[in-house]
Amino acid sequence: MTDPMVARIQANPKYKELRKRRNKLGWTLSILMLIVYYGYISLIAWDKAFLSIPIGKGVTTIGVPIGFGVIIFTILITLYYVNHANKEFDGLTAEILKEESK
Amino acid sequence: MNSLFKISGALILLLAGGLAYAAGDIGQMDKQETNWVAIALFSAFVVITLWITKWAAARTKSAADFYNAGGGITGFQNGLAIAGDYMSAASFLGISAMVMGVGYDGIIYSIGFLVGWPVITFLMAERLRNLGKFTFADVAGYRFKQGPIRTFAASGTLVTVAFYLIAQMVGAGQLIKLLFGLDYWIAVVIVGALMMVYVLFGGMTATTWVQIIKACMLLGGVSFMAFTIMAHYGFSLEALFADAVKVKTAVASAAGKSPEEAAKIGGSVMRPGGFISDPISAISFGMALMFGTAGLPHILMRFFTVPSAKEARKSVLWATTWIGYFYILIFIIGFGAITMVLTNPEMADVAKGVIKGGAGTANMAAVLVAKSVGGNILFGFISAVAFATILAVVAGLTLSGASAVSHDLYATVFKHGKADSKSELRVSRITTICLGIVAVVLGIAFEKQNIAFMVALAFAVAASANFPVLFMSVLWKNCTTRGAVIGGFLGLISSVGLTIVSPAVWVSVLGHPAGSAWFPYASPALFSMTIGFVGVWFFSITDTSAQAAKERELFAIQQVRSETGLGASGASGH
Repeated sequence: MTDPMVARIQANPKYKELRKRRNKLGWTLSILMLIVYYGYISLIAWDKAFLSIPIGKGVTTIGVPIGFGVIIFTILITLYYVNHANKEFDGLTAEILKEESK
Repeated sequence: MNSLFKISGALILLLAGGLAYAAGDIGQMDKQETNWVAIALFSAFVVITLWITKWAAARTKSAADFYNAGGGITGFQNGLAIAGDYMSAASFLGISAMVMGVGYDGIIYSIGFLVGWPVITFLMAERLRNLGKFTFADVAGYRFKQGPIRTFAASGTLVTVAFYLIAQMVGAGQLIKLLFGLDYWIAVVIVGALMMVYVLFGGMTATTWVQIIKACMLLGGVSFMAFTIMAHYGFSLEALFADAVKVKTAVASAAGKSPEEAAKIGGSVMRPGGFISDPISAISFGMALMFGTAGLPHILMRFFTVPSAKEARKSVLWATTWIGYFYILIFIIGFGAITMVLTNPEMADVAKGVIKGGAGTANMAAVLVAKSVGGNILFGFISAVAFATILAVVAGLTLSGASAVSHDLYATVFKHGKADSKSELRVSRITTICLGIVAVVLGIAFEKQNIAFMVALAFAVAASANFPVLFMSVLWKNCTTRGAVIGGFLGLISSVGLTIVSPAVWVSVLGHPAGSAWFPYASPALFSMTIGFVGVWFFSITDTSAQAAKERELFAIQQVRSETGLGASGASGH
């Protein structure tokens, strides 16, 4: 690995594009995950009564679907990123490396 | 490798001999009958895994094979192995026991263990894969002065691994004592011996396959249990929960509560309770779990076993899916324990609503559910799975500890990168034996201790020391060796120190009076992680040495490599 190659990649507009898109998606989704998780924890810390509201006439509380929801959200958000990255970012990365290693 | 079979034979003899011995010495806690199904199934697991170890041993020729299985694991396999590494006995037995005891709070706890994964995926997984080779110090120290950064990384790794390992060993001893009627120390020795065999001879390849097999057994077992419980309630969660509330209400009534009070206590299993008592503890504990996951050395190491960034991403997706699925099922199984185990006079003191046999038996919740829904066969199977679970986790931990010593300390710090693969491999193996012996000795020494804080502490250290250094070195240009090492050690010392003066250790372990703990919160992470990050930041920006300037310049190369995989170590490593 040589410096000129690194410099060429850095100058490649596709690399700039890759960085921009990946950083945007990665940070957006990370912040979303933080909001969901700490939102849930905050609810527990400050408003237990809300999570304790029974659904309909049963014993199941709102807390149960919300808790399961956080788990499912975690899986889905990961799925979304991985699909996106595997399709879009890997293709772009391969193009950059091909162009610059000529 | 015939010696392997001799060792396995000796282990089975030891198992049988221990049983005969234990039969005449049944204490208060181990009133279980000799569980032949469990022993047969567990022996089958041992034979299969030793056979795999023998196969893996033939392929473990270089240090690279030992550390990362030559980088040839697929994303799907690695996802299962990560899940196998992560779904510890503490999760399986501890969370189901927690749900049985307090209900809803169990899910809050398990969610914390899950939410770190997406963040690892989005920000770390592919960069780790592209920069790393064998240990997380390869990533954190990519552009830094090798001696200091590796000394730090090895310290962070060994502290995390030590606490996690002790917790697993103590859990193993207690569990096996209950399940198999073996003496505590024999159980700990068997776990230590098997783990040493897997890691010593089979390295990462054997460890990976032990974890994959264990993950499949565990997921299969809990799926069947949860399915049977749900089938019993006509696939209605509401019916299951309603029955659990009824059981808990009856227990409260039997304790002499008025009907209204009893109904309130019974209904509390559906509500968040005392697990999170104050917001600071809640957020702090959440941070330890979330960011600790991204700093656990045995988990990070798994990213180096796959050939590409794409496979690294797939690994985390699979791991997240399996772990999330597992936690949902554990919640159901915990409620199943309330309705099926706590109401069965053979298993529980029905009036008190606890499992018979004294302290520690709550951890039997999941295995007793297995007995309730599937008789002795499933009981035996789940017991064997629990044992296998511990083995898989301790093998992964030991491997990462051994790598830190041989790759980071020996090869880089002492030999300045001039160690050949053969001597590095020898040091790994010697370290494995040492770690195994230390784990067994500490496992026995800590028998009577409350180990609950240890896993939490391992996560707190990982979040406060390993994670800030990893994160800043990869993503922040101005990070320097000085900042990373000082900040990392500050995070390490503060997380351990604050844990010692917190109620979990100061009061529960050291026996000081309640309320005298200097640090009142459940987890130090909010503070120690801040100390770690601020430390890295402050000692980096004030670093004006020539070395620092050089390191900042190297960031460009590191960045391009971490983002494109340019020059990343490939699949072969041979």
